[in-house]
Amino acid sequence: MDLLNIEHLTAGIEDRELLHGVSLTVGSGETHVLMGPNGAGKSTLGFAVMGSPEYTVTGGTIRFAGEDITRESPDKRAKRGMFLSFQNPVEIPGLSLSDFIRNALEQVTGQRMKLWDFKKQLKAAMDVLQMDAAYADRDLNAGFSGGEKKKAEILQLLMLKPKLAILDETDSGLDVDAVKTVSAGIAAYREGCGGSLLIITHNSKILDALHVDRTHIIADGRIVKEGGAELIAEINRSGFDAYTGKGAV
Amino acid sequence: MKRNTQVSDIDRSRYDFRYAEDAADFLSSGITPEIIREISEEKGDPEWMRAFRLHALEIFQRTEMPGWGPPVDGLNMDRIVTYIRPKSRMNTDWNDVPENIKATFEKLGIPQAERESLAGVGAQYDSELVYHNVRKEVAESGVVYTDLESAMHDPKYADMIRTHFMKLVPPTDHKFAALHGAVWSGGSFVYVPAGVHLDIPLQSYFRLNAKGAGQFEHTLIIVEDNAYLHFIEGCSAPKYYEAGLHAGCVELYVGRHATLRYSTIENWSKNMYNLNTKRSVVAEGGRVEWVSGSFGSHVSYLYPMSILNGRGAHAEFTGITFAGEGQNLDTGAKIIHNAPETTSHMDTKSISKSGGISTFRSAVVVKENAVGSRSSVSCESLMLDDISRSDTVPAMDIRTDKCDVGHEAKIGRISDDAVFYLMSRGLDEQTARAMIVSGFADNVSKELPLEYAMEMNNLIRLEMTGNVG
Repeated sequence: MDLLNIEHLTAGIEDRELLHGVSLTVGSGETHVLMGPNGAGKSTLGFAVMGSPEYTVTGGTIRFAGEDITRESPDKRAKRGMFLSFQNPVEIPGLSLSDFIRNALEQVTGQRMKLWDFKKQLKAAMDVLQMDAAYADRDLNAGFSGGEKKKAEILQLLMLKPKLAILDETDSGLDVDAVKTVSAGIAAYREGCGGSLLIITHNSKILDALHVDRTHIIADGRIVKEGGAELIAEINRSGFDAYTGKGAV
Repeated sequence: MKRNTQVSDIDRSRYDFRYAEDAADFLSSGITPEIIREISEEKGDPEWMRAFRLHALEIFQRTEMPGWGPPVDGLNMDRIVTYIRPKSRMNTDWNDVPENIKATFEKLGIPQAERESLAGVGAQYDSELVYHNVRKEVAESGVVYTDLESAMHDPKYADMIRTHFMKLVPPTDHKFAALHGAVWSGGSFVYVPAGVHLDIPLQSYFRLNAKGAGQFEHTLIIVEDNAYLHFIEGCSAPKYYEAGLHAGCVELYVGRHATLRYSTIENWSKNMYNLNTKRSVVAEGGRVEWVSGSFGSHVSYLYPMSILNGRGAHAEFTGITFAGEGQNLDTGAKIIHNAPETTSHMDTKSISKSGGISTFRSAVVVKENAVGSRSSVSCESLMLDDISRSDTVPAMDIRTDKCDVGHEAKIGRISDDAVFYLMSRGLDEQTARAMIVSGFADNVSKELPLEYAMEMNNLIRLEMTGNVG
């Protein structure tokens, strides 16, 4: 069954349309990759699907597990089991990483986990990501390095166990070791709860540990090509020129 | 002690009194020497206190209204006069307490007797048992913790009261200090002998046991050399007095190498004028640490002052002020460096929402003799919408160049990105905003004992959402 079903989605900021009728479907338990050149609308799609108020949806529908969520607020989408890993996670001074995750967990599960159990789970997840335990008590993302922020995003993914995770350039700005750690985290999420993934990326390194079911190429706000995992290798070889008009010259 | 704190916004329109008369004249006319004598007699004051009250009244009558800060012309002195008169019939009936206040107590799950005390109508809030247990432990350490009236009548402390009472905050300080001197009632007296380190904090909360005790209460604390005390004033439940005025006074004497931490959570009902004066004097090597959460009230004037009188004395002020709809809160702190190598640090946050006005006023004075002193002031404001207002008024008076004084101010808003980020994890918008604001107030909550920090976070949440989660 389709978990995420986007049909003819048009969206933009103010009067500027950035997505010109995007359709994309992710099935339960599948791993999809969304690639495209800078400014193609990758992040816009992630934000629009998660319900960011910054983007206005002007047409089309977004369905999650069969329900139309096009107009739903982000928190309701999260409660349905959607998750967006931010490319630039926001710093929240005074709110500790662990308090935040515990509160979010309570919201999405409707239950407050016992502190002891929560701490145990958090510790285990932090171990997967090779995060220093001290980060649990630090203010959310405040003063974290780029790599630490990305790990904190994947930590939230592991703890919240959404049905669908959209990972927006989780690998950007990471060194080789950090990419390995983060992709181990993503693999742990896949194995742990069998959730679906929509991975927005430039970099195939993060995909090494994953079986990719489908690849979508987006350019200028449109899906221009779809295929299997083999498409990633092709992009790595030839880039996006063939899809942006530049290749035709 | 576990307490729920659920307080809904108070419909302030019921309390908006405005009078055409010149407020100063009007205020001065109401209270007569006869009333003061009546109060004094009722309390069985010693002669010196009776004279003190009458003298303070004279000062009150000739002193102008404060020339800065938010207007206080909505004060209804008639009500105040009626209220402070001994054996007053006013507001002694639970039926007269406004429904919305009652509803708030209901939500809070506060027991009836306690509600009556918080609403200023009952004197019977039975915290005696808890209080006595605390007192026993405290007494064994030689610490005196009692109400100020009893101390004044106890031959052991009478002189101490006489030599310290309103010496730090004289009635000439400002009009409401004078009023306080004339009509004060209730409050705490704490004496910590030299070298005694009191591990448990003393909490004035357990002393909510006299009618009107929270209104013109006087707190006098003496911490002798090398001693330690943490005193906690207030609680997060809203305090309501029909008279609408709180003019308390706090005087703290900190001995050599002693430390006094004074924590406050105040949440006045939103008809209140909170014109409070707090001051400390610190001897050589001593420390005073103020932790202050100011919530509620219609208008507040509150600037705890620390006078660093001995070499190496230190003052710290950590505060948060939350001004919501219809509130004008003028808060800050003042530090006087009056000896060499004294140090001070101020860290304040203010939040304004729904048209609330918060003004942060700081004053750092470094006297000529305070060479080698250091002071840093940091204030941050958060405005939650476009109709609210936040001002910063820092003042510095530096009389030596052999010192290091710094000031930092920041004004900000909650970013939409931050709200979306938290919402994308399942938190609804109000909760997301409340969490960001609680995080902003973290400087104070992390300085408070856990249960108070939780109360404060609940209070912020309530101010933000109207509910406790």
